[in-house]
Amino acid sequence: MYGNLWLIPFFPLLGAIINGLFGKKIKNEAVIGGIGTLMIFLSFLVAVQNFFRLIGDTEKVHEIVLASWMTVGNLQVNWELLLDPLSAVMILVVTGVGTLIHLYSIGYMHGETGYYRFFSYLNLFAFSMLMLVLGGNALVMFIGWEGVGLCSYLLIGYYYEKKSASDAAKKAFVVNRIGDFGFLCGLFILFWALAGHGVWTINFVEIAANAHLLEAGGALITIITLAFFLGATGKSAQIPLFTWLPDAMEGPTPVSALIHAATMVTAGIYMIGRMNILFAMAPSTMMTIAIIGAATAFLAASIGFAQNDIKRVLAYSTVSQLGYMFLAMGVGAFSAGIFHLMTHAFFKACLFLGSGSVIHAMHHAYHHAHLHDDPQDMRNMGGLRSKMPITFWTFLLSTIAIAGVPLFSGFFSKDEILWWSFGSTAGHPIFWIIAVCVAGMTAFYMFRLVFMTFFGAQRTDPRAKDHIPESPWTITVPLMVLAFLAVVGGYVGVPKILGGGNHFGNFLAPVFGPAQELHNLNAHGSHALEYTLIALSVCIALFGIYMAWLMYMKNPALPAQFTAKFAGVYRFVFNKWYIDELYDFVFVNPCKRFGTFLWKIFDVRLVDGIVNGCAWVVKGVGAGLRYTQTGYMYNYAVAMVVGVVVIVGFYVFG
Amino acid sequence: MAIDFPLLSLLLFMPLAGALVCLVLGMGNSTAPRWVALLTAAGVFVVSLLLCLLQTPTAGWLFYEDYRWIEQFGVRYTLGLDGLSSVLILLTAFLQLLAVLVSWRQERAPGVFFALLLVLEMAAIGVLLALDLILFYLFWELMLIPMFFLIGVWGYQRRFQAAVKFFLYTLIGSLCLLLAVISLYLLHGDQTGTYTFALEALKQTELSTTQELIFFFCFMAAFVVKVPLFPFHSWLPDAHAEGPAAGSVDLAGLLLKTGVYGMIRFAFPLFPVAAQKTLPVLAGLALVGLFYAAWVAYQQVDIKRIVAFSSISHMGFVILGLAAWNQTAWEGSLLLMVNHAITTAGLFVVVAMIEQRTGSRSLDQLGGLWKSHPNMSAFFLLFCMASLGLPGLANFAGEILILIGVFTVKPLWAVIAVGGILFSATYTLRLVQGTLWGNNCEPHDKQDLHSREWLVLIPLAVLVVALGCYPQPVLDLLREPLSALLLVGGMP
Repeated sequence: MYGNLWLIPFFPLLGAIINGLFGKKIKNEAVIGGIGTLMIFLSFLVAVQNFFRLIGDTEKVHEIVLASWMTVGNLQVNWELLLDPLSAVMILVVTGVGTLIHLYSIGYMHGETGYYRFFSYLNLFAFSMLMLVLGGNALVMFIGWEGVGLCSYLLIGYYYEKKSASDAAKKAFVVNRIGDFGFLCGLFILFWALAGHGVWTINFVEIAANAHLLEAGGALITIITLAFFLGATGKSAQIPLFTWLPDAMEGPTPVSALIHAATMVTAGIYMIGRMNILFAMAPSTMMTIAIIGAATAFLAASIGFAQNDIKRVLAYSTVSQLGYMFLAMGVGAFSAGIFHLMTHAFFKACLFLGSGSVIHAMHHAYHHAHLHDDPQDMRNMGGLRSKMPITFWTFLLSTIAIAGVPLFSGFFSKDEILWWSFGSTAGHPIFWIIAVCVAGMTAFYMFRLVFMTFFGAQRTDPRAKDHIPESPWTITVPLMVLAFLAVVGGYVGVPKILGGGNHFGNFLAPVFGPAQELHNLNAHGSHALEYTLIALSVCIALFGIYMAWLMYMKNPALPAQFTAKFAGVYRFVFNKWYIDELYDFVFVNPCKRFGTFLWKIFDVRLVDGIVNGCAWVVKGVGAGLRYTQTGYMYNYAVAMVVGVVVIVGFYVFG
Repeated sequence: MAIDFPLLSLLLFMPLAGALVCLVLGMGNSTAPRWVALLTAAGVFVVSLLLCLLQTPTAGWLFYEDYRWIEQFGVRYTLGLDGLSSVLILLTAFLQLLAVLVSWRQERAPGVFFALLLVLEMAAIGVLLALDLILFYLFWELMLIPMFFLIGVWGYQRRFQAAVKFFLYTLIGSLCLLLAVISLYLLHGDQTGTYTFALEALKQTELSTTQELIFFFCFMAAFVVKVPLFPFHSWLPDAHAEGPAAGSVDLAGLLLKTGVYGMIRFAFPLFPVAAQKTLPVLAGLALVGLFYAAWVAYQQVDIKRIVAFSSISHMGFVILGLAAWNQTAWEGSLLLMVNHAITTAGLFVVVAMIEQRTGSRSLDQLGGLWKSHPNMSAFFLLFCMASLGLPGLANFAGEILILIGVFTVKPLWAVIAVGGILFSATYTLRLVQGTLWGNNCEPHDKQDLHSREWLVLIPLAVLVVALGCYPQPVLDLLREPLSALLLVGGMP
């Protein structure tokens, strides 16, 4: 019945191959971009079809084995896909948002050398991500897991001639590799632990079915889940492995939207969701996840205050929102986390693409005026709302959504997370306090961005300011669609307390319900309390907006006064808490120095020295023998005697 | 099962015949030898492919030849082929075919050069077939000579030092092997009255633990040097750096494999008790080497040396798998060995192409090749990704099996080894960044791949993907032979 599921990853793979192999010969941008977009759109259609099939189906979990991969001993690894409500939601988000980003790229990347390369990578990325979410066992998932790593490497380093771009790409890959270390360790320990009970499997359904063999709350399950969580922090840019994401803004803007809004960074959340049964068994891990999530959300939001590069603000905002999702996972609000993942994909993709539209226009203007100002610096913008009305309105709607203003999508998903972090059996009021602060901070720095970019006086160089155009339709149409979703996307999951049916949560219940019931993960509390909390969070969000308005609209001199007064704090935040410098100091540089030591001292001097020493001794002895003796016969005789002595020695002493 | 037609001898002597023809024709003609070499290598490849296809996944010898040879010492000419040897022979034949193509433009004494390549192929195949210890030793030593000359005559500036170093290292190892073989022969003769070098007979020799350990160390001395296992590795980077491209392909693809083959075919089954006792040492050295080589690779500037050290690092992985002593890990080890040979051969081939076009192998001077030579760069990137263990490409399948196998025995070893995977990313990405990205190199030869180079790279690339997605044919061939060899040792 779900026999065509394989088409979903297949189409983008096909597109990647076509554009990768023949793109250079095709040359025509419309054809290249058309193929890339069409392929992912076809995937989207198949995804929609399967999604509705699944809705109508009573059986919610379907495994499709495509072929065998390796069989060794008791272990059989297949190429297999898994369709359940969780992966169904994910494929919709990935292909849906992915299609819009592909469409957007057609116009955005116009005129770039390597146009075909870009679409090939983009398709390959979509393929990897779809393998990741559809993979029916941990190794197929790992293919996607590493595949998105590779593609992000290629896409972040798309402008490979720039040193900063290739450095950022390398950093992203290596930091992700640290996470992969965790993923693999988790996988092996899990495999080993289950094998100890006679179950040789890496298949998700079987793992879920046999999870009860492991001791809930035991050390083993805690280690397993912590290792997996380390993997998740790499992909989803959480403390301690978040440093790659802001640097990854070196890639073209559609890449930022694809990687950092809709796909790659959500992999960690998805993975925890996929293995929710294991995580639910390890309360200490859950607590760790919640703490890390809340801490990351706060840290990133604070850095977002001080950035002037429009994309960097969005990057830190992404890290911060991901922290929110991890907080949700940590307090057991799995479906709320996935819900926020989805709404975030809508509004963050819209924001990134909107910023791309702005950068595109600024770039155009500067190019026109032969200037080399930074088209991404918000200090060069201002007053753009009249120049780019569509970009402005879509951007504004998405900003309202992310700020958590009621009735917009972000409000519903964020509020569910807030409620769970307060009232869940795994939650704590402190989580709620942090999360609600972050909500206020988010509203502040996002509106700061909007005010600096679209409102106020235009600070662009006078020579360029009249040449800022609105973007073409391939750019604005995706923006409008995404803005629409950012507004209404939350209505699929309106919670009961606000008069909705929480369809989203109910749809995912077959995936998350069992674990939540078994380990007593639920949010409880009176309606009055819940209403109060909602009202409070809304107030704080509005307060954040008000502060942004106060500082960047009403009294633009205020920010400068603030930074002057708290110069130390400002510098600390502006420099991203010096975490990159700290890592360089503690890990990277010592590693490099140790490597130099191993090579220059150990390998060249010691290992080679011994060898050369031997050679030297042999040479010396040989030379000595040559002086004292007559010919070769002697050497042979010595060799024979030595040999005989050794052999005799064996008999005597052996 | 025995077949009357001496297929194995054909396989063995075909390259020798080709080598002689090369020598003779090479006297007056400079293009004839390469065609002879190509045809010979192709012939060997076809025969070995046939042998692989004929294999049924059962234990025992599919082909077996046994003749009297030097009767007064009980030396026999015994060859046997099972799934294990057929996989490795196929690999040898395949890579040798590419090595000939890579050296197509060899202008310096082509007759001798191609003859040496073919002799090397014969020796490697002989090692993989021989079941008589003297015969084995003969082939083992025979591998040394062509390689010595290939590096020493056709290499770069410091070729002579490199060749001598290579010779010295391997010769010391080999002498230990010879000593042990003869002693074992005498010991066995004294015990049973029949003096023989036959592997199967010698397995029955009764040895005290001390004797076993001494013999085992002597055997392993020869094998670990070839692998090479840390800290016996320092000849390899020099041999690679100073040797010609075909030499590197052969080193990575042929020579290194024989070390591991020697361990599992000879050293482990002959001295199972000693093997079991030393496994932790082996694993320890493998783990240290895994990291050590990766770490040193990161420091290198010469791209050929980076690949050489990565090779050492990967072989550490292979040995670790052997040390785990179970089916999953062993199949993984052998699979990784095959896959690594293909990936590394690809890397060395592209490195040689890069050097041809830019005149440099230094990361400081290279860069921006992606722009000037997109096709070549795409292949390089593919091989690099395979080398750093990207899932879906060749090396990953082997690595994951090794890790799973190791984990079921010694979780800690596996966790440390997973860390090694992380390190492989750092030096490989540095290699990619320094060669492909950036914009600071002006290659004097702007020509992207030409047809002969496509011919070399496409099969490698196809295999890298195919073995990554479906390694089962290789695993099927390996299964029974390996489980039989594992049984001999027995689990402690």
